[in-house]
Order: sequence, then structure tokens, then C-alpha cells
Amino acid sequence: MALLKAITANRLRDGEVVFLKAEGVWVERLDEAALFEDAAAADAALAAAKAQAERDQYGVDVYAFDLTLKDGRPDPVKARERIRALGPTVRTDLGKQAAA
Amino acid sequence: MNHIAPGRNAGVYNYDEIDRRFVAERVEQFRAQVARRLSGELTEEEFKPLRLMNGLYLQLHAYMLRVAVPYGVLTSRQMRKLADIGRKYDKGYGHFTTRQNLQFNWIKLEETPEILNELAEVDMHALQTSGNCVRNVTTDQFVGAAKDEVVDGRVYAEILRQWTTLHPEFTYLPRKFKIAIMGSEKDRAAIRIHDVGVFAKRNEQGEIGFAFYAGGGLGRSPFIGKLIREWVAEEDFVAYLEAILRVYNQYGRRDNIYKARIKILVHELGQEKFTAEVEEEFARLRGPKYRLAPEIVAEIRRRFGGPSFEELPPVSAALEQAKAGNEAFARWVAVNVTEHKAPGYAVATISLKPAGGIPGDATSEQMELVADLADQYSAGEIRVSHAQNLVLAHVKQDDLFALWTALEGAGLGTANVGLIGDIIACPGLDYCALANARSIPLAQAISARFADPARQQLIGELGIKISGCINACGHHHVGAIGILGVDKKGVEFYQITIGGDPTLTTAIGDILGPAVTEDEAVDAIEAIVEVYLANRHDGESFLATLKRVGHGPFKERVYAAD
Repeated sequence: MALLKAITANRLRDGEVVFLKAEGVWVERLDEAALFEDAAAADAALAAAKAQAERDQYGVDVYAFDLTLKDGRPDPVKARERIRALGPTVRTDLGKQAAA
Repeated sequence: MNHIAPGRNAGVYNYDEIDRRFVAERVEQFRAQVARRLSGELTEEEFKPLRLMNGLYLQLHAYMLRVAVPYGVLTSRQMRKLADIGRKYDKGYGHFTTRQNLQFNWIKLEETPEILNELAEVDMHALQTSGNCVRNVTTDQFVGAAKDEVVDGRVYAEILRQWTTLHPEFTYLPRKFKIAIMGSEKDRAAIRIHDVGVFAKRNEQGEIGFAFYAGGGLGRSPFIGKLIREWVAEEDFVAYLEAILRVYNQYGRRDNIYKARIKILVHELGQEKFTAEVEEEFARLRGPKYRLAPEIVAEIRRRFGGPSFEELPPVSAALEQAKAGNEAFARWVAVNVTEHKAPGYAVATISLKPAGGIPGDATSEQMELVADLADQYSAGEIRVSHAQNLVLAHVKQDDLFALWTALEGAGLGTANVGLIGDIIACPGLDYCALANARSIPLAQAISARFADPARQQLIGELGIKISGCINACGHHHVGAIGILGVDKKGVEFYQITIGGDPTLTTAIGDILGPAVTEDEAVDAIEAIVEVYLANRHDGESFLATLKRVGHGPFKERVYAAD
């Protein structure tokens, strides 16, 4: 399956994990994130997101990560990103998964 | 319940107005720094070192605040404040670490100045918990209480705290710098895996002095600290440490983060050359300015106060009776209770490792209960051990049954201290931004597999230590059984080592074989234990059996199915 990319950051004021939905628009849930099929488009979006996040004091540690679609929903390739998108596997009552 | 008034607790250093003003000023400085960051006046690059100097990290899910518990000792009042902060600003719990500190995992940057302000109300802070400075000095969790204690390490740890906190030469070291002090015959502080390990002792005249080990450390390149001086007199304690830090500051590498710790410097210079450099610096420094005057030591010691022990019979009839009538309690006493220096008293360790639980985690309610029990039974004082447990150090033997009953009712009565269920584990990939694999689920699975307390007691002392990455916060290198989480193409694997030893006979464990999956790891641990039990002689420790039979039988058994 072709790899997709999404862009993520931690929100500056509270550290919340956020995902880029559109230019200058960040969301808290991976399901709503923009998915990039094209690497060049992902790179361009990442550069813009980094600049915007710093300019607006919105987010820190902005980067892109790999994912696929599983049952039509974004599924990060690495455990690290799955855990960031959901919450600690040892406390399923906490994090984004708790509100799912 | 009769709470002891704040400040009247035993064994915790009492701040004066200078200490309080300094901590309060730091809070206000950080408040202004956060405001400047949120307004865009500071970039992240400019702000990051400032937040790290105040213990604030960015982890996977949120900011993490590491609160300092200097040398692992805190008052019941301070513990209640931690519980309160956990409830008010976090998610109702905290995580006690292998550095005797406490971490909150769900912190908001915008609330951090207020959290630090609340901590300052009880003489707490997050200084020296991050950054390239001298970190919180650690020591024996039984300090001031242990029967085998020769020197009270708290006094010297506090002297180092005061010496290093604002020392201009030590604010921007090549890397972080960890010091551990031990003052008993048995090393409970793992001093030889620290940048500097200090072994406090007495000579034939009864004078206090120190052996210094340097260049220890785990992480990517584990090294065991080398003895660089057998005896440093008390008055030269600060001068000698300053000499070590100066040599490190001058020669330590700043060009490569992986080679910046003092262990690499000691290794590359060689023990002899490093020692010669330190001695040369020491000779220059020695003099009135650096002399640690006995009056200063006496004053610091006085500020710790200390419980006045009642004259009690060495053996408590009430304790013996309670043990005879309750098998679970008798086991807890055998496993979790240690001899106290004062007759009729005992040191009780509260395990934060329930079977299947998260090592080191405590809820706000549990923290409050421990604070109440500390007031009721242990002079209002609590310790955090580097093994991620809590300790009530001054409990009357007569009170042990009541204490255990209260602990048991709150899920804190697990009898496994030092046993296979007492697993050290870092937060791993469930929380940590540096981790490659999860540590906690494996610790939970292993402790659940070995949940039977009788079986644990039969196996005897056996330390399992788990790290989720090569930075080794879980001390896996020195676990009798060590487990290192690794990432292989996005999948978590676990590399097992055996033969590590954190005590003065320090040893780094050897890799047993290829890394295994999470499911295989629990079976592998069980196989190692079975080989040990099948081969051990009466009373023989795991390490002694391993030394006698070699790695072969363990390796064959673990990889038998391959």
C-alpha cells in the first residue's frame, strides 16, 4: 500500500498533539488531518506549516510522518505516531483515545 | 488524624529565607520567560534551554514537568502538594523516577509558572532536573535510618545542592552531570554508574572522608566509574568535586553529544591521566576559599533536624504476634521491611510495583494516603528510592501491622521489594519522545506472570530493569536481567542482557542473543528464571549462579525453539 504523509506538531501553549488540516488550520484528531500522497507536496506543506507555527506561536516540533489507510482511516506506520495519535497504550483512559 | 505541623518533620532540610527568595525569584523569571514565548518575543530555539532549566520537557502527548526531590527526601506536606498538583494540573497521578524525582506527564506550558509557584510554597522546584548542569544529587533511600549507615549522605548531598545550583562554572557543562552519594556498607545508590560516585566513610580516628569514583554512566556507551581517590578529607569535599568538574569542563567534548559525558573523557584520557589532571587542579584549589568548615557541616546537619527515637525493646512483641497471625503481613515484613539503626524501629518500603501495574506511578489519592501515614507513623517524612518505590524510614515496629493494613487497603501493600516483580522501568514509548519501544507493558506482563508472592520469595532477589531506548533511564545495563527496547523497522523488539550489577561490584550485563518480540520476552524471562532455579546452590544469588554455570544454559534455554 502506498505510503501517505501527515504533518503533526505539539501545540505551544499546552503541548497537545495536533495535525495539519489545511494551511494554518490544525486539528486535534488524526482522522481530520490532511493526507499527502505526493512527497513534494508534503515537503512544501511541512515548510509552510513550520513557518506558520513559529510565526503565530502556535506549535512546536513540527514534522511529517508516514501512514497508510486502514479501513479507510489513517493508520500511522510507526508505533510512536500511533501512540501520539491515541494516547499511552497503558492508560487507555487518557489521551485522545479516551474521548474517542 | 494528627498531622505534624509543617517544618517540624524529621530529616528534611529546612529552607531559610534566602533559599525561599531564590526559588521564588526563579518562578517569576520563568513566568516572564513563558509570557515572552507565548507572545512571540522568544523563539522556540531561544526558549527551549530556559524551559529545560526549569524541568519542563516536551514529550509525546504534552509537556512533562520533572519536579526535583533532592536526594529523594520529602515531607508529608510536600507530598500532599504533589498530589494536589497532580489532580489540579495533570490527570490525577505522577511518576516516580530512577533519579528519585517525580514527573507529571500532562502539563500545559501556560500553567507551568503557577505550578512552580505552588511548588515554591512548600520549598520545592524543578531546578537541576534537566539541562547540562549538575543534576539532583541522589543517595541511599534509607539514609539516616539504616542500621549499616556509617555517614549520613543527606548532609553532603545538600552541601552539593547549595554549591552547584548557581555555580557559574557549572551552568553550561558539556553535558548533564549526575552525582550519587552512599554512606553505608551496602551500595543502595548505584554510585558507580554515575558521572561521579561518592562513597562516604570514616577512618580509624572516626573522621569523615570520601572515596571518589568518576566516569561511570550507562546510555549508549556504558562505563563503570573508576576509583580516582580512596580518601578525601571532609574539609576538601567541595574542592575535590570542583576539581573534577573543572577538568571535565575544560576537556569534555562539546562537539559531539554522544561523546560529551565525563565517562568518555575518563575513558579517552585514561584513569591515570584523568586522575593526575584532577589532582593538579585540586592542589591549586585547595585552600581557605574551598575549605568545607566543620561549622558549615554542623549547621547543615542541624537544619535536617531528625527524629528523637523513643527507647524501645529491640524486638516488638506486637509485631511478632501480628506476623504469627497473618501470613501476608509476615511476608511483607520479610520482604519490604529493613532494620533500623534505633532499637524497636523499622524502615518500611512501599512498593509502587503491584502485579500488572505501572512501575513508579502513584495516584494523587495514594500520595495523600502515604503523606497521612508518614505523619502518623514516620515523623512526617517520605523517601523516593531510585528503584521507584517510596519509603517510610522511621516506623515503630509496633505500628507496622497498622501501617501495612492501611497500605494494603489502598493497593500499596505489595510484598516484592528487591524481588522479580520490583521492576525498574522507564516511561518508554508510551510517554517519552526519545524512546524506541514501550517499557511499561513489558514490565506489567512480567510482573503479572510472576504475581504469586510465594514464588517471588522463592526466586529471591532478582532485579529486572527495562529501558525503552539506549539512553538507559531504566538502568537495563545493570539489571541482573536487563531489557532494552529497540525499533526494528517500526516494530518493537527487546534485547535481553544478563549479569548486570548496580552495587559496588558493578557489572554491565552481557547480551544473551538476538532481540525477541514482546510476547517472546516474557517467556524468555521465565526461561532464565527456570534455569537459575534448576542450577542454583542453596542460598546462591542469580549472579553467583550465572558466574558459576556461564551464559550457555540460559542462552540454550531461551533460544531453544529457534
